[in-house]
Amino acid sequence: MGARTLTETGTETGTETGTEIGDIAAGRLDATRLAENFADAHPPLTPAQAVVEANRCYFCHDAPCVEACPTGIDVPSFIRKIATGNPRGSARTILEANILGGSCARVCPTEELCERACVHTAQEHKPIQIGALQRHATDWLMAQGTAPFARAAATGRKIVVVGAGPAGLACAHGLARHGHDVTIFEMRPKPGGLNEYGIAAYKVADDYAQREIAFILTIGGITIEYDKALGRDFTLDTLRRDFDAVFLGLGLAGVNALGLDGEEFTSVRDAIDFIAELRQMPKDSVAVGRRVVVIGGGNTAIDAATQARRLGAEEVTIVYRRGPEHMTATGKEQQWAQTNNVRIRYWAAPTCLFGEETTLTDVEFARTKLDPSGQLTLTDETFVLTADMLLKAIGQTFVSTPIQRADDVPAVRNGRIVVDAERRTTLPGVYAGGDCVPGADLTVTAVQDGKLAAAAIHRQLIG
Amino acid sequence: MANLTANFAGIRSPNPFWLASAPPTDKAFNVARAFKAGWGGVVWKTLGEDPPIVNVSSRYGGVSYNGTRVAGFSNIELITDRPLQVNLDEIKQIKRDWPDRAVVVSLMVPCTEDSWQRILARVEDTACDGVELNFGCPHGMSERDMGSAVGQVPEYVEMVTRWCKQHTRMPVIVKLTPNVTDILAPAAAAKRGGADGVSLINTLQAITGVNLDLMAPEPVVDGLGSHGGYCGPAVKPIALRMVADIARAMPNLQVSGIGGISVWRDAAEFIALGAANVQVCTAAMHRGFKIVEDMIDGLANWMDDKSWPSIEAMRARAIRNYVHWSDLNLNYKTVARIDQDLCIKCGLCHIGCEDTSHQAIAALRVDGQRRYEVIDAECVGCNLCFLACPVDGCITMVRQNTEAAVLTWDHHPNNPLRKEAAA
Repeated sequence: MGARTLTETGTETGTETGTEIGDIAAGRLDATRLAENFADAHPPLTPAQAVVEANRCYFCHDAPCVEACPTGIDVPSFIRKIATGNPRGSARTILEANILGGSCARVCPTEELCERACVHTAQEHKPIQIGALQRHATDWLMAQGTAPFARAAATGRKIVVVGAGPAGLACAHGLARHGHDVTIFEMRPKPGGLNEYGIAAYKVADDYAQREIAFILTIGGITIEYDKALGRDFTLDTLRRDFDAVFLGLGLAGVNALGLDGEEFTSVRDAIDFIAELRQMPKDSVAVGRRVVVIGGGNTAIDAATQARRLGAEEVTIVYRRGPEHMTATGKEQQWAQTNNVRIRYWAAPTCLFGEETTLTDVEFARTKLDPSGQLTLTDETFVLTADMLLKAIGQTFVSTPIQRADDVPAVRNGRIVVDAERRTTLPGVYAGGDCVPGADLTVTAVQDGKLAAAAIHRQLIG
Repeated sequence: MANLTANFAGIRSPNPFWLASAPPTDKAFNVARAFKAGWGGVVWKTLGEDPPIVNVSSRYGGVSYNGTRVAGFSNIELITDRPLQVNLDEIKQIKRDWPDRAVVVSLMVPCTEDSWQRILARVEDTACDGVELNFGCPHGMSERDMGSAVGQVPEYVEMVTRWCKQHTRMPVIVKLTPNVTDILAPAAAAKRGGADGVSLINTLQAITGVNLDLMAPEPVVDGLGSHGGYCGPAVKPIALRMVADIARAMPNLQVSGIGGISVWRDAAEFIALGAANVQVCTAAMHRGFKIVEDMIDGLANWMDDKSWPSIEAMRARAIRNYVHWSDLNLNYKTVARIDQDLCIKCGLCHIGCEDTSHQAIAALRVDGQRRYEVIDAECVGCNLCFLACPVDGCITMVRQNTEAAVLTWDHHPNNPLRKEAAA
């Protein structure tokens, strides 16, 4: 089945007819509404709220929340320090374990991690708001403008970090604390990785990603060079020759395609690009369809769909091929989308994109089900959604080409760089972390990778 | 429905909840509001001789605990700062307007018989129900040889009480200061002097906190602070002990219980330890007079549930079980039991026991899941885990060796002075 006009197929759409096709426009809402829609979606706790919430914490022994945090933040300690009026100590406790604790406080799926493990969840289904308290403490310290940690005496060792995303930044900061000199090569014009380019604007409002990075860099000893790409401007071989150690925080540079004809229609986009544009451009310059369909089941789908609504799209539908329990977006994220009047349709997959010339008009879906062997299969039952714009959020992939332009190449398995528990690749002196290695693709896991790699590199260099 | 009528020192009130002599009872305006809200009686804020004393700004200090405000409270306010006749006129009018409520007047004048005789005559004219001698105020007035300066000397307590009994037909209540080593001494002195009852505790000398910016004790008055009188929920345990000691030693001395009473259950506890009624201040200052509605309702409902027909029926019922340490059964043995279905895995039972007590709760992992288990052989039944556990009913202290005979220290083999069993 290829790209056709809907009239050719004779399928009844059941949707309104006679409307303009390809209705895509920027500035659907006025500046005030746009500013409101993209402001901080979850405003911070007031100091009074923070103290009340902090006092709810039991200060558990062997606290389950600590174990549930991929970076192992000492949650009871940082919360107690909020309660006792020691915000500096609180923030340091957080940042000691997770230098991007401020970002994680905003973007972590806490309902799946620390807050799910909170003993209050077992007791009364109302966990301590750990994420909000973490934000409270880290915001306080950032507002002071002083670095939480001092740099050790310079060691003269030079380490290169490829990629200024959360993994790379965490690794760089850890190394800088030990007194090593770190150079970060970043292929984009700004640091931050997905924190800067891949997360909904209202989660990290007020240029938070850049402010946090500036705060982290105050430690000194870290130089970032922009528009420098591995495999283009340098190779793994040259890096290994010029530096004492290498950390690869390459992220996922590729995106999955639907594999349907019509993906070339002008308004069929990768959701990740749409999200990046929203972060980099004035909101009133970002074009969005009147009717938007988002394909996928992760946080990227949620962020794209919700932001499309907040840009002024009238109808936004997420279509996911499995059920709500299978979505990688958490229940809370799904509710957030639904609260934003995004419709989520489960158990359906796109089968055909309809258009006129280069303009998308409709998307046909087949209902899906699990066959008796548990395989997802398409059924004969179909429906059609009229769409001016389609956003693909069906996963990103690791692109290994840049690391392969070298004589010695680290092992890649199942589309990720192979690393050991200390984040060593199979290549001596080369470490990796973040989304380009196996494991959950979360900011917090990326930070942990960078932190562990920094510790391992330090041991390797200093012993 | 339980009968909540109280009778303390011959003064009847429709319920046992009185407002203590303090700011809430300083004026007719407040007292009328209190009676409207349902309070059974008041002790009017302490009257003194004219000219009235002068109070400072910044009078109260508070202790917050884990976000709970006014867990403890202190004041450096003195007695009434209004002219005596203004107060007397208002008292007279209030008693006329609220004849079923108890109106007792607190008094503090210099330690001369003339002074007491003079003021008693004027107070009697108000037709109030009795007087309370303020021998408790531990700040400001005590430096002028009044208040606790009297209450700390049993001979003075007895002397002034006797004067008052001689010069008035009204019931005389003596309010005791807890700032003494042995509360029985001033209580016995009051009894010897002929007091109709004692009320306690007045406030404890205290500094509620230090302002670390000003380096001055709270409450700060223009950069300086003095000690205040401490009260509120934090002092209730101290007050319970003093009330109980008096009730046990002098069962015929009428006691009005005061000290951190905030809810009906507090009142029930004071009454169980011998109080004929209770007096409240801090809780009302914190939340207003309306709290009395639940105090009355809650106490009545509880009494109905427990089939106590009246205050007097339950009064002092816990005194028979209030004994000296040497009367406790050393063969009584409990161990903690953890209900694993209720456990939320906070680990507080373990860490308190492990760090500070008997290493009697093991922290285990079973299939990766936390599990806390009591090691019976190490558990001394101290209650620490039971107290620390945030889940009601999760940890219980279960009696062991129920067959063992009672053994007290007096008869214990380790006691060099043990009393040998009769041959």
